[in-house]
Amino acid sequence: MVSFSSVAKRYPGGQEALRDVSFAIGEGELAFITGRSGAGKSTLLKLIPAIERPTSGSVIVKGQNISALKRAAIPYLRRNLGLVFQDQKLLYDRSVYDNAMLPLAFSGHAPKEAARRVRAALDKVGLLGRERSNPIQLSGGEQQRLAIARAVVNRPSLLIADEPTANLDVESAARILEIFVAFNQVGVTVLIATHDQGLVARYGKRVLHLEKGRVA
Amino acid sequence: MSAWLRQHRRAFGQALRRLTKATGLASALVIGIALSLPAGGYTLLESLRAIAARLTLEPQISLFLQPEAKRAEAEALGKRLRTDPRVATLRFVPREDALRELQAVEGFPELIAALGRNPLPDAFVLSTNAAAVDALAADLAKLPGVAHVQADAVWARRLAALAGIARLGLWLLAGLLGTGLVAVTFNTIRLQILTQRDEIEVSKLIGATDAFIRRPFYYLGLLQGLAGGAMAVGIVAAALALLNREVGVLAESYGSSFRFAFLPAGDALAVVLFAGLLGWLGAHLSVSRHLRDIEPG
Repeated sequence: MVSFSSVAKRYPGGQEALRDVSFAIGEGELAFITGRSGAGKSTLLKLIPAIERPTSGSVIVKGQNISALKRAAIPYLRRNLGLVFQDQKLLYDRSVYDNAMLPLAFSGHAPKEAARRVRAALDKVGLLGRERSNPIQLSGGEQQRLAIARAVVNRPSLLIADEPTANLDVESAARILEIFVAFNQVGVTVLIATHDQGLVARYGKRVLHLEKGRVA
Repeated sequence: MSAWLRQHRRAFGQALRRLTKATGLASALVIGIALSLPAGGYTLLESLRAIAARLTLEPQISLFLQPEAKRAEAEALGKRLRTDPRVATLRFVPREDALRELQAVEGFPELIAALGRNPLPDAFVLSTNAAAVDALAADLAKLPGVAHVQADAVWARRLAALAGIARLGLWLLAGLLGTGLVAVTFNTIRLQILTQRDEIEVSKLIGATDAFIRRPFYYLGLLQGLAGGAMAVGIVAAALALLNREVGVLAESYGSSFRFAFLPAGDALAVVLFAGLLGWLGAHLSVSRHLRDIEPG
């Protein structure tokens, strides 16, 4: 599903975020990427939807070489991925429902089908009763769950989350992870970056530990 | 309904909602006021040109004989003129008749009495066609006994030249204000892009194409231009209606039913469409310049 071979990423200014990273994630797997802040977790995840491009090495996602992907092809790659960002990136000028609807606006679903999908996604993260609310009225955990609903509304086969439990209390964090596990159980490949080792240990799943830009 | 059509309808709806907000309407009004100047000028000029065209339909030449010329010489000249194929109509104005006409004008009888004699020469007024007027006037000036030839085409040509200058001025004005329209749209779209920065960034992150992101801005530029053009046409129509009330009073005192005519429907439509096109252009420039800056990273 995702394979990195000898990937290096150097930012302008000389900072080396990733060095010689190689790994492969199979279809239907759930893996954690751990490491301290600054270890390169976010950079690694950003290479998958081509938010960043590798300096060297190759990144293959669903058989597509991301390093060689044309600019115009990037939107279509991203539509097939579910992305959950560290800062959620919700839009506070519209309702919970409209936030979850956003990806469907440009993938061109018929309105009835789109509405059905949005409700299904909100149902899965337990926000069906909050459709009319503004995201600002939601708790931290609920906002993160809304971000997950938006990521899965297009039914991606790969779900990528960057620190989805950061700044959440233990109970909310556990609930978020349960949602990811549930998606994984129905066949979605899931990749989660986190610095919370304790949380990871509880699930007994595959762990890629990054240290100073290398897989340790 | 196809997905493509649905996306266009969505973009159009978004643009329409943004246009109807106060800032969008204010921008459209600025465009409307700016465009009403050249559009109004053009309307007035077209009305005046219609009169000018009527005036110069039949170029006239006035031919004045030398004051000491005998009536017989005048009659001989008249016979000769009648044989010239370029002369369409010919009218002889004896000096006595000319004097009588002049005496009918307020203030002149006293002046003529003071002179003690008739200062006016015999004259011919002849009409010809526009193509022949210059050559004919030159030929007539060479005839014996002719003191002065006045071709009305000269002032008609001056009028045409003046109208040409006015038209050029209007085109320059239209060019300047058209550029202003593009700049106004450029700026409106830039502000709109800044306000929606978050939405644009998130949309790019989750798979919106550039075309999808640009579309509402193109529609906004187009709609704002069209609205501005329509306002310009409305402003010109309202101004003409006001102007014609006063012009009507003035024209009647001259026994004329002259009114400034409104732009022909085709021209009015052209103003609106042209404004829309310029709005689209402003949006295009702004979007090309500003959307690239918003790249998620």
